Amino acid sequence: MSETRGVMIFAEQTGGAVHPVANELLGKGREIADALGVELSAVLCGSCMEQDAQELIYRGADTVYLFDDEALATFDIMNYRANIVALVEEVKPDIFLLGATPIGRSLGPRLAAALGTGLTADCTSLEVDDEGHLVQIRPAFSGNILAHIKTVTRPQMATVRYKIMQALPRDPGRQGTIVRPNLIIDEPLAKLSKVPTDLEKQLGVSEAEIVVCGGRGLKKPEDVAMLSDMADALGGVVGCSKPLVDLGWMDKEHLVGFSGNTVRPRVYFAVGVSGSSQHLIGMRTSEKIVAINSDPTADIFEVADYAITGDLYEIVPKLTAAIRESRERDETADFICS
Amino acid sequence: MFRIVVAVKQVPDMERVKFDTVAGRVDRSSAPAVVNPVDLHALEMALRIRDEHGGEVVVISMGPQQADSALKECLARGADRVVLLADKAFAGADTWATSYTLASAVKKLGGCDLFICGEKTVDGDTGQVGPETAEWLGFPHVNYVREIVSIDGQLKALCDMSDGMYLAQVTLPALLTVTRKAHRPRYATPQRIFAAVDATIEKWGTTELADLATSDNFGLRGSPTRLTKVVVPPVEGRKGERLGGSADEVVAALVERLETGGIL
Repeated sequence: MSETRGVMIFAEQTGGAVHPVANELLGKGREIADALGVELSAVLCGSCMEQDAQELIYRGADTVYLFDDEALATFDIMNYRANIVALVEEVKPDIFLLGATPIGRSLGPRLAAALGTGLTADCTSLEVDDEGHLVQIRPAFSGNILAHIKTVTRPQMATVRYKIMQALPRDPGRQGTIVRPNLIIDEPLAKLSKVPTDLEKQLGVSEAEIVVCGGRGLKKPEDVAMLSDMADALGGVVGCSKPLVDLGWMDKEHLVGFSGNTVRPRVYFAVGVSGSSQHLIGMRTSEKIVAINSDPTADIFEVADYAITGDLYEIVPKLTAAIRESRERDETADFICS
Repeated sequence: MFRIVVAVKQVPDMERVKFDTVAGRVDRSSAPAVVNPVDLHALEMALRIRDEHGGEVVVISMGPQQADSALKECLARGADRVVLLADKAFAGADTWATSYTLASAVKKLGGCDLFICGEKTVDGDTGQVGPETAEWLGFPHVNYVREIVSIDGQLKALCDMSDGMYLAQVTLPALLTVTRKAHRPRYATPQRIFAAVDATIEKWGTTELADLATSDNFGLRGSPTRLTKVVVPPVEGRKGERLGGSADEVVAALVERLETGGIL
């Protein structure tokens, strides 16, 4: 491994919008590329994405390889694979990163098998060792351990969890190049088309600025509504810990923790959540954590900024009312000032 | 004949397994081994397709000799044939080497029309073996399938992506990974359980796969990723503030802090 040939990241998009994990990959990728003294590039597949390619440069990319064709507007596993494998074989990056999203988890393994190289899933940390090898760190066994993994082949590939790495601030002064490689477009063998559902407009728990998370402290499925009401008052989203999914009270989309979503909201309310290691790994990097639990020894208090011991059935309705009152006061104040 | 291959893995029961924080690994003797839960949903999907369209369901698993009990469970639940891929040379495989071995076994079977597996295992938790196997086989794949809509030359299925539900139209042969939202697994019948207990499980090793695979690609030797270190992470606490008093008092105190913090 005498020469290193750059860091490449996959910037995924759905419906023409680049997933924010791409900026996080660029943030981490920039750090690694600078440490190794190599170039950072991004791959973007989509339709009419020139402006988005430019945005990736503002976020840290030196080069953006843009595969721009109507046929690539929606994720097409085989056509994405064909174009990216050809690109990687030509550019020969030393490191290739993807987001650990449904698209990244589908595409990454195919690329790795096709390129004859290893892939580490779901990394929460990436480091470069003294010899310039990528150390891929991922939680294993329900987050009880952190496994350090290295790859003996090239490129060294990893999928990286969303909301773990830091994006760089947008810098419209940054210069970079957009390259449009030759396209390979075949008849799609696996074609995806979106099915309209009630759920699609809802903000996901991993994107939310405020999360109200319920746990085993809830006594019956109807009580989830109480948390939804609090989330509504805050303009946030409801999450849950694993027992509520296992009980069938909430869908897995709302699950926060090792087997679900990682969240990093401005405020995380843990309501009746005991704080198992599997749960903590999914929320401990939240900016502020408020924990409400009847058990003063609950593990969740170890990571909380504000710890409230008490009955959630008494506190949550009062808190929801107080939040609404505070918001109304704000609106009245705005009205008076204008 | 329409052949559906299902891949399953025997895993420790992660809800019950104890963790050795000193050695940094699970104590496998502390919990029973089970079939990876979502794999049973994959098997159920295969059995339903077979029941409706005909054909056979072959379940394969790579693992130690004891993993034959997982395959006996699949027989009891309705599989037509099971094959255990057991060989010391397969040990220590990462997802690349595992998928290579599974794909080699499919070739040994004479190929298949459909390959179905769970979206991921509860112990490895990577979700990579399915798509990697598809690449080795040259099949298109669809992840996170929850329901088959139709099979008529091509297969239509509903799958969950992060931004909603998608209809996938895939050309056969193909590989599907399924989620736990897919059909609830059927129970084994007593007759099938009795038959499965006494069944002799077909076992393949490097010898059986010799013509179809390069043995350098098996197991730890074939694995491009290497575990170099295991760290038991310390719990990093926060200097939390305990808010005490009556419910009204704690609510007032919290709202005041949220207002000061610019959150309200």
